[in-house]
Parts: sequence; C-alpha cells; structure tokens
Amino acid sequence: MDKMEHGRSHITTAFQNALATQTAALMPYFTLGYPDRETSLAVVEAIAPYSDLLELGVPFSDPLADGPTIQRSTQIALENGTTTAGCLEMVRELRGRGVHVPIMLMGYYNPILAYGLAPYVQDAAAAGVDGFIVPDLPPEEADELEQAATAVGLCLIHFLAPTSSPERVAMVAARAQGFIYLVSLTGVTGARQQMQSNLGDFVNRARAQTQTPLAVGFGIGTPEQAREVGALADGVIVGSKLINVADGAVDKPTAVAAFVRSLREALTATAPTGD
Amino acid sequence: MDLTMQLPKIDVPDERGKFGPYGGQFVPETLMPALAELIVAYEQARADPAFLAEFDYLLKTYVGRPSPLSHARRLSQHLGGAQIYLKREDLNHSGAHKINNALGQALLAQRMGKQRIVAETGAGQHGVGSATACALLGLECIVYMGEVDIARQQPNVARMKLLGAEVRPVSSGSRTLKDAINEAIRDWVTNVDTTHYLLGSVLGPHPYPMMVRDFQSVIGLEARKQILDMAGRLPDMVIACVGGGSNAIGIFHAFRDDESVQLIGVEAGGEGIAGGKHAARFANLNLARVGVLHGAKSYVMQTADGQIMETHSISAGLDYPSVGPEHALLRDQERAGYTYATDEQALAAFQTTCRLEGIIPALESSHALAEVIKQAPKMRPDQIIIVNLSGRGDKDLDTVLAVLA
Repeated sequence: MDKMEHGRSHITTAFQNALATQTAALMPYFTLGYPDRETSLAVVEAIAPYSDLLELGVPFSDPLADGPTIQRSTQIALENGTTTAGCLEMVRELRGRGVHVPIMLMGYYNPILAYGLAPYVQDAAAAGVDGFIVPDLPPEEADELEQAATAVGLCLIHFLAPTSSPERVAMVAARAQGFIYLVSLTGVTGARQQMQSNLGDFVNRARAQTQTPLAVGFGIGTPEQAREVGALADGVIVGSKLINVADGAVDKPTAVAAFVRSLREALTATAPTGD
Repeated sequence: MDLTMQLPKIDVPDERGKFGPYGGQFVPETLMPALAELIVAYEQARADPAFLAEFDYLLKTYVGRPSPLSHARRLSQHLGGAQIYLKREDLNHSGAHKINNALGQALLAQRMGKQRIVAETGAGQHGVGSATACALLGLECIVYMGEVDIARQQPNVARMKLLGAEVRPVSSGSRTLKDAINEAIRDWVTNVDTTHYLLGSVLGPHPYPMMVRDFQSVIGLEARKQILDMAGRLPDMVIACVGGGSNAIGIFHAFRDDESVQLIGVEAGGEGIAGGKHAARFANLNLARVGVLHGAKSYVMQTADGQIMETHSISAGLDYPSVGPEHALLRDQERAGYTYATDEQALAAFQTTCRLEGIIPALESSHALAEVIKQAPKMRPDQIIIVNLSGRGDKDLDTVLAVLA
C-alpha cells in the first residue's frame, strides 16, 4: 500500500482515469456494519472492481439528511455494535484485502467531534481513508475539520444543492477539494422514480464556476438514471438502492456487485467515442 | 405601551448565530439558503412597526396577554419562606407559553409567502400552539410527533386534529421529540420552497434560538413590570424548567441585566442522575458533552462514540438530549444556574400546587415548582421568587393518574 496514492491526488486521479474511459466516475455507497460487519466488508470488496471511488457510511443515531433506507441500515449497524473506531478498522481491513480505490467516509459531525477532530483525521489517514463527506457541515462551520483534514493530506468534500445561490456556488467552488457533491434534489437520500428535470441547469451553474469534478448523488437508483446523470456530471453516486438490493438477496455481495456492474456498464456504454 | 419585542439590544448571538462557542448552523447545504432567507425576513419583520403591531394585537386579543402574575399565598405560607409569584403562561389561549412563538413564526411565514407549516412536538403543547396559529391564519399545518409521545399525550393529539393539523407519527429512533425534529427537518429539506419549519424551542440552527427567544421574551418583560407594580421591587430569584429552554429564556431575558436577580433553570432529573435515565444535560457532564444536534452546537447527551442518547422524563416536553445554545452560554458565564428535579419531585410539586393553589400545572412546569419547594424555605418572607408556570396540566392527567394509582 505504500505505493498507493492517498487523499486529494488519489481522488483526482480516480476521476481522471474514469473520465478517460467512461462518461463519469461511479461512486457507490454502502453502510459499514450493515447488515453486519463481515457482510458489509464482503459487499464492499465485491463492488470495488466496478467502482471508481467508494463512499462508506459511518453510522449515526440521528441521520437527518438520510431517507428511510439508509436510516434503517445505519440503525441496524449501530445495533450490531458498529462504532466510529470500528469503521476505521474496517477501512484498514479493506485496504489489506486489496481494495485500492479512493474511499470517502460519509458520516455526521457529532461522532467526529466526539472522537476528536485531529485524532479522527489522523486515524482515518492511517487506515487508508482519502476524504470525508459530512452532510451536516456546511462551509461556514467547516474550517476546523477542513484544516485538520488538509494537514494530513485528506479532502473534506463540500456540497451544493439546487437551492444554492450563485454566491454559495462561488464560495464552494473557491474552497472545493477532490470533488463537489451535488445534491440532485431538495430532499433526503433515497432512490426515486425520476431524476429532477432541471438537473442539467444545476450542473451547468456549478460547472460555470469550477474545474473541480462534480459528482451527483441522491435519488439515483437505476442504470438508466446513472447513464442520464453520467452524461451531465463527472461522477455518479448511488447509495440507497444498493441497500435495497442487499436486502432482497441471500448472497448479498454477489447481488450488489451485479447491480454495481450494471451501473458501470451503463456509464461505459455511453462514453463518447469521438472528440 | 406594549411590551412586545421591546428587548434591549442583546450582544448574542453574533451574525453567524454563535452564542460564544455554541449555536451556529450545522445543517445540510440545501437548508443554508432557506436559513439565510429566514434571517433576512426576520430582521425586516422585527424592524417593521406593522408586523410588531399585528403580533402585539394577536397576543392581546387572541392569546389573552398579558398573562397574570399570581401571588401564590398558600404555597408561600406552606413553605414558610419567600413569597412565591406564578407567571401564568398556563392561562394563555391553548394552554402554554408555546403559542407566543407559534404565532410570531406563523405571522412571519405568512409574510414570507409560505403557506405550509411543519412543526415538531414533544408534549404536544407546541404542536397545539402551531395548529392553533395555523388555523387562525389559514396555513396548512403538519405536526411530527414521536409514537411514544403520541401515546402519552393523547388529549393534545386530539386537539391538533380538531384544529385541522395533520399529526404524522414518527417511528424512528427513540420515537420522541428528537426523532420528531429529525423528521420535521427532513420534510423541510424536501419542501423548502413552500414550507416554513416552525421550530418550537430555542434550539436548532441560527436564527431559531434568537428568533424564538425574541418571540418568548414577552414573558419576562411582562413579569418584570408586574412584580414592580405588585411588590415594588425586583424578585430575588426567577425559576423556570428547561427542556430546549424557550420558556426559561423567555422569562430570564428581561432580568439578564438585573444582577441581583438569581436565574435558575431546572432540567428533568427523570429517575435520578445516577442511573442515566434523565434529561439533565448539565447535571452529568460525563454523559452530556459539547456536541452538535439538530443544527446547533451545545451540550448533548451522548455515548462515548458520539451517538445521541435516549433521555427519560415523566414530562414529554423536557425529554430531549440537548439544550438551547444560549443556556449553555448563560451557564458558562454563571449568569444562570442549572439544577434538576426528578420525576418524583415534579409529581409531588404538581400535587402540592393543585391542592394549595387550585392550579393544575403542566408536568414540565412542575419541575420548576419542585425547585421552588427546595428554595423558598431557605429564604426570608420578604424575599420574592417568580416561577414561570409555563403550561397547564390537563394534558398530563393520564400520565399522572397512572403513576398515582
């Protein structure tokens, strides 16, 4: 693992490599510790070959940006005894099992505060984490964690939403690292029947102000939707649907990997051939 | 001369919503523009004499303000110490102090062109207040309420429905107030263009702790004037219960600069501090550490791993794991002191107040009365305690009768 890039350059390279062969990078989400420790590790290991980056969920008791699917998964992970430290240990184990793609930890701010900002980013870096996605930490409150993360070479990912004003787009563009997480809709996480019709306008508004890769998440649940979003943005994030697929399968790693592979193929099939 | 919102200019929060190290805006990006819009709308409304006049008019002609300050003569005599005065928020229309803030925010929502209101409720008093204000102003009202709270506050559930509100049961987490707030925030994130979140306490992201304080400050402004009229002097002590802390902030603020007036907040001690089944955030700083919940930094009851703990109190309105950021600052500054009353002590105070004063207090307010019972006997008969009787206890009869049976 010594030769592996980490942090910002690891993330940047992943987007560059993906965009060279596909329309967009694929970043699946899965909850660590769901439905139990071993199964979640097996699922992540199985989907890694079809993923350009991974977003792994650290459970919190009060996930207010998440819809029912991810809420339930994190609740069960907590009931199974999953802790923040345990999640870092799982990342270390995944690295040991040969998972090399960039890993983003998605978790709410309170457990990070409880762990301690500096110890958290240091232990995360040592475990092989590349960046942090913290849904309840807007740029106005992010200075401390961002400085701590940057000090160890890791990224704090910032969000933009359809409601973000031009001023906020500019503010996020100015301090973005790695990529910007575009929330596709006003709402919580969870697969939807249809993507927002004005998603293209939103992506273009952000694009006009930054060269940083733009990854779109929330509401994406089918290969068709992934293809649609991949044609607009640099990255596609799919979360709740992976939990749903796991729930409906006996052999969860195989079933989730097959689904992620279908997303990957949808993105690859539409890669522009010319220009 | 009306007293509405005539607070002296206060130095907190700052423009980022910080009360010293507490407060702030820890919310998803989707809500940040809505908070910015709310701050602007509130500042404009606060500076608009027409808005203040309308708020004042409704407080007087609809809520029934000013609420009386009652001299609790038999209770004072029984305790044999200080003279006890009750600030009668229980006599407000809809039965608690919650209506002050609900009306203020509903008027603001109407001014902002938002026709849909979401609210959370624990004891149901804020839900009833919100449903009442929405019926009065013709706004759609959706109230999120934990399943546990729905079971123990049935009369208020029925009231909200009669008033035209939709009560949505919340089955996630501990199924109490904190989970109702999570769901209300999720709804707000989803419907932010059309919806105002009518948060019921001095909690949540900026500007809520400031705005709710301002709308509730009428309690203390009236009480201060009333005690000067009735007793010719300021009180020695002001006592209020603290869940999120809106009735306490509401009565404390007018006395903040009166250094001789001791301010005491009473948290829910539940079954006692030792066993951990309580909601006394300040009483056990091993369990309650500075953290972030529902958009604000404050003291939060949590596990070593940063998971929010389930709290316990006989009173649904105090059953919450965090506390308003301004209370955290008042405690740091030692301007206010914080203590707790157990379920048992609150119940005893409830019964005493019923029998000696002919008033059935809310179980929340009974926690403040329990502290009065501890403090008054230690004081002289020429000293004065004002206690905020924040709500009436009709809603709690099922709970109380079950325990007393």
